[in-house]
Amino acid sequence: MSIELKHVSHTYMPKTPFERLALDDISLLVPEGKITAIAGHTGSGKSTLIQHFNGLLKPDKGSILVDGVDIGTKTAEARAARRKVGIVFQYPEYQLFEETIAKDIGFGPGNMGCNEEEIAERVRFAMEFVDLDCETYAHRSPFQLSGGQKRRAAIAGILALKPKYLVLDEPTAGLDPRGRQALMERFCRLHREAGTTIVLISHNMDNIANYADNVIILNRGRVTLEAPPAEAFSRSELISEAGLELPEVKVIMDDLARHGLDIQQDAFTMDQAVQEIMAALRRQNRC
Amino acid sequence: MSFIECIDLTHIYNAGMENQQLAVDRVNMKINEGEFVAVLGTNGSGKSTLAKHFNGLLLPSSGKCLVDGMDTTDEAHTYDIRRQIGMVFQNPDNQIIAAIVEDDIGFGPENIGLDPHEIRRNVTAALRAVNMEEFRHFSPHHLSGGQKQRVAIAGALAMNTRCLVLDEPTAMLDPRGRHEVMETVSRLNRERGITIVYITHFMEEAALADRIFVMDQKHMVAAGTPREIFRDIGTMKKRGLAVPMAAELAYRLQQRGVKLSESIINREDLVRALCQ
Repeated sequence: MSIELKHVSHTYMPKTPFERLALDDISLLVPEGKITAIAGHTGSGKSTLIQHFNGLLKPDKGSILVDGVDIGTKTAEARAARRKVGIVFQYPEYQLFEETIAKDIGFGPGNMGCNEEEIAERVRFAMEFVDLDCETYAHRSPFQLSGGQKRRAAIAGILALKPKYLVLDEPTAGLDPRGRQALMERFCRLHREAGTTIVLISHNMDNIANYADNVIILNRGRVTLEAPPAEAFSRSELISEAGLELPEVKVIMDDLARHGLDIQQDAFTMDQAVQEIMAALRRQNRC
Repeated sequence: MSFIECIDLTHIYNAGMENQQLAVDRVNMKINEGEFVAVLGTNGSGKSTLAKHFNGLLLPSSGKCLVDGMDTTDEAHTYDIRRQIGMVFQNPDNQIIAAIVEDDIGFGPENIGLDPHEIRRNVTAALRAVNMEEFRHFSPHHLSGGQKQRVAIAGALAMNTRCLVLDEPTAMLDPRGRHEVMETVSRLNRERGITIVYITHFMEEAALADRIFVMDQKHMVAAGTPREIFRDIGTMKKRGLAVPMAAELAYRLQQRGVKLSESIINREDLVRALCQ
C-alpha cells in the first residue's frame, strides 16, 4: 500500500497574468512503512505537492491514490483515505489556537467524531509521544510554552489523529541541535513502533542521509530523481542543479579523497565516515 | 572602547506580575567595532532577548547596555542607536513592508527625512552591497527567501548602519539562500568593517565568526574563538549544542586512537591533518 501520484499537475491562478505551473506532470510513490524524504529548493513545489496528499489542493490533471483509493472523489471511501494522511506544516506552532493544550490536541479527534473518552486517550498518547507531561501541561495555555514545546504540542495535534501517513514539512527548522535530534528520533520511534509511514520534507541533507530510505528530488515542479540516499548523493550534479547540497559528511569525504586519502566507499553519515577513514588509514599503514 | 557592551544585563519579562519570567541573567559582554561575533545557545537560552537590547527594542530590567558609549535607556540616544544598529530577523516575510524592493529599502531613510536624492543614492548603494541591483523594481514576494533576507539587510545598510544584528537569518532558507546570506554578511564585515552579531543554530556558520559567545539557561557561559569554543565537544553537547561536522569527525577519530594534533573545526583543517 502507498500514496501514489499519477501525472499530477497543478497551476496557481490559471487564466490570469499570474498563472504559474507549480507541479508539472508528477508521478511518484510513497511506499508504506518507509521514510521518504522530499527535497528541493524554495519554490520547487514541495509544499504544493504535499497539500495534494490529503486533498487540501486538487490537481488540475492526474490523480492521487492513497492505498489504492482515488482521493479526488466525494465518496465516503475517498474521505476515509484522505484521513489516513496527516500533515504537519512548517512552523506548526503558529497554528495553535485553543485555550488549553489538551483542547488544542483534542480538536482534531473531536472533529473526526471521537467520543470524550477516546479523545482523552488520544491526547494522552500524543502528549506522551512528544514528551509533554500530561499532568503538568494538559490544562495550560499553549501560549505559555517555550518555542520548542509549542512545536511539539502542535505536532501532537496531528499525532492524535493517528495518521497512517505522517507528512512533516521542515519539522526541525529553527530548533537547536539537541531539539533537532530529539525530534527526529521521536519520529523514527513512531515509524518503528507504530509502523507509521513518514514523509520528510527537508533541505537538510544530513537529516536525509541519516534517516531516509528514499529521496525524491523536486526541481521547478518536476521530479528529477527518486532513489535511495546512497544513489541520490552519488549524483552530485543533479543535487546542485536542484539548488541543494550534498550532506556535509559526503563533502568532507570527497575533499579527503581529492587530497589523497585512499577512500574506497561512499559515506554519508558520521558512522560510515569514521569507519571509512579508519579503513583508509589502515590501508595506508597510518594506524 | 567597545562598540556594544553589556554590564550585568538582566531582563525579566512581565516584571512584578504573576507570570514574570527571567530571560537574561547578569550578562557581561563586549563586542568591538568591526568584529564578527556569533551567539550560540539552545531555544530559550536568552539569545534573542539579549539581542533585542542592542538597539533598545528591549531595555534592561537591571544592568546596562551601552552602544558606542550611549546608554540604551537614555531616550535622547534611542534615535542614534537605532540608526547605527540594524536588525534582521528569522522570517523574511515579517519584515518586508513595501510592494517594490526599492521602496522597502528606502522606507527607513525616508522615515528619518533624508533628502530624496540621498535616499536614491543610499538605496542604490545598499542594493549593490547585497548584489540585488537587478531586483530593484521587483515585488518582494516574487523573491526567494535568501533574496528577501538580502533585501532586509539592504534596508539596514541604507540607513548607514554600522552594525547588523541577525537573529537566525537562515533558519527558514534553503542551502542556496543560506550561502547567499552568509556570504553577504561576511563580505560586509570584511570589506566595510560592519560589526556583525549573528545568532544561529548552525555550527558551520558560527565557525566563520571571529568570536563565539555561548548562552546557556539565561547566562553567558563562554566566549572565545571558534577553535577555543569547538575544542570542547563534550561541554557543547551538554549544553544542547553541537560542533561543526569536521570537528565531530576529528573527535571520533581521536577516540579511535588516530593522532590528530591540532584543533580541527573545518574541512580544510581535517584535510591538512589527514592528508599530509
